[in-house]
Amino acid sequence: MPSSVHSQDNDQSMVDAQPQHQEQVEQEEEDVTELEEKRIVVLPGASETAASFQFEGEGHTLGNALRYAIMKNPDVEFCGYTIPHPSESKMNLRIQTYDTTTAVEALEKGLDTLMDLCDVVTDKFTTARDGFNASQMES
Amino acid sequence: MAPLVPSHEELERRRIVDINAETVSNIPSTDFPGHWPGESHAWSLEKFRDGFRVEFHQNKQFEASFSLIGLDASIANAFRRIVMAEVPTLAIETVYVHNNTSVIQDEVLAQRLGLIPFKGSVEGLNWMRWYKKPTDDDPDSGSNLSDFNTVVLRLDVECTKNPNASRDEQDPRKLYKNAHVYAKDIVFHPVGRQEQFFTGDGAIQPVNPDILVAKLRPGQKIEIEMHCLKGIGADHAKFSPVATASYRLMPEIKILRPIIGEDAKKFAKCFPKGVIALEPVTAEDERQHSDYQSHSGELKAVVSDPFNDTVSRECLRHEEFQGKVKLGRLRDHFIFNIESTGQFDSDVLFLESVKVLKLKCGRWKRGLTDLMR
Repeated sequence: MPSSVHSQDNDQSMVDAQPQHQEQVEQEEEDVTELEEKRIVVLPGASETAASFQFEGEGHTLGNALRYAIMKNPDVEFCGYTIPHPSESKMNLRIQTYDTTTAVEALEKGLDTLMDLCDVVTDKFTTARDGFNASQMES
Repeated sequence: MAPLVPSHEELERRRIVDINAETVSNIPSTDFPGHWPGESHAWSLEKFRDGFRVEFHQNKQFEASFSLIGLDASIANAFRRIVMAEVPTLAIETVYVHNNTSVIQDEVLAQRLGLIPFKGSVEGLNWMRWYKKPTDDDPDSGSNLSDFNTVVLRLDVECTKNPNASRDEQDPRKLYKNAHVYAKDIVFHPVGRQEQFFTGDGAIQPVNPDILVAKLRPGQKIEIEMHCLKGIGADHAKFSPVATASYRLMPEIKILRPIIGEDAKKFAKCFPKGVIALEPVTAEDERQHSDYQSHSGELKAVVSDPFNDTVSRECLRHEEFQGKVKLGRLRDHFIFNIESTGQFDSDVLFLESVKVLKLKCGRWKRGLTDLMR
C-alpha cells in the first residue's frame, strides 16, 4: 500500500460499519501493526528547543498545513518544512522555539490545532450545505 | 501591554493579493505572531470559528461549488490535495485474462478496465479494508484475499453473428451480437458478506454503463476475471475520486477614480458579462466627487459581480484606465470546485478530505507519543 495511507482504526470514515465478528478484530490488529512501522525520526543535532523531525510518507499536504499551524504558536521562533528529495517520500520539519516551550511540545500543539480546525470546518461546512440543500428544495 | 490593533484599511490591504499589469505582489500571508510588531496573531480557535464561513454556490452529485472564507492557503490547499490524492475509492487492480482473442491486447485492455470508475453502497465501501500487497523480498507478506478487501468482477463476452440481421445491414452492432463490449457487461460476483453490503442499487457497478471497453467480431471472445481493491489517488490516478478538484481566489476590482460615458462602456467590455454594471451618474455623485461634475445623466462603471471575473487584466492595458482601477484577489476567500467521478457525492468528498486530514494528524500524534517513550 502507498505510504501515506491513513489508518482506520480509531475514527471510522463516513458511516460506521456494523459491528464485526472476531476476524474483523484480528484484522484491525493487523492494521495497527502496519502503522507502528512508521514513526517520527528526530534528525541528529537536536536540542530541547530546536529540532528537525522527519515524517516518512508525507509531502506538502501535511507539511505546509502543519507549518502554518506551528507558526501560529507565539512560543515558536521558527518553523519550516522541506522535502529534501522529490523521489523520496520524506518530509523534514524544522522547529525552533523560545525557552518557554520545547520543539516536541510545539509540534504536538500544532497537530492539535489542525485537528481542532478540522472539526470547525466539518461543522460549518455541514451546516452550510444542509441550509443550501433546504433552500434549493423550496425553490 | 495590550496588543496593537491595526486599522481597518491596513487589514483590508493585507487581505488582498495585488494583481498588477505584469506582476503579482503582496503574496505571502503575514498573520503570524512576531511578523507585525506589537500585534498578536496567535492561534485562537474561537477567532477562527468566528471568522470562518462557508457559502454554497452549487451542490450536485457530479459537481459542487462552494466558498471557504477565512482560511489560510496552506489549509485550503491541503484539503484540495487530499480530495485528489488521498480519499480512497475502489478500482480494478488485477486482471486475470483467461481468454482474449480480440484485437485489443491484454495489457491495453487491462489498462482500460482499471480506469473505469465503479460505484457501490457507501456503507459497503467503508466497511472494506486495504489489501496489503506482498513485497518483492517476501512474497508471503501480503494480506490474504478476503471479502473485506477484494471485489471480484467478471467479463465474459463472445461475439456471434446475428441470424436475424437483414442482408444489407452495415452496422456491426446489428450485424453481430456483442460487437461492442461496454462497461455494463462487467458482472459483479459478491462473496461472503459482500452479499449483504452490496445489494440492489448498492451493487458494485460502473458509474457510466456506456463506456466502450473493446470491439469484437464473430468468433472473438473475452473471458476475464478482475479483482478490485481499495486504493488512493497518490498510488494511481484510477483511484482518485474526482475528475478535478480546484480552487481560485475571489477576484476584487476597485474603481479608484470615476470611469464615465464611452470609457465606462469600454471598461465593461474588458470584463466578462455582468461583472461591471453601468449606472447613471446622480446629483449625489456630482456633489461628492469633483470628477463627476457636469456629467449628470451619463453612465458610470460600477463593480456589480466580481465573482465571475477571470482577472484577465485586460483593463490594465488601456491608457484611459491608468490609475483608475486596482485589481486583486482576496487572500482568504477560496472558491472551490469539486467534480466527483460518481462514487461519492461531491460535497461528501470534501467532508472526507477534512476527515482524512484529521486522521493523519491523529496518527502522527500517536507516533509522537511513541517517540517520547
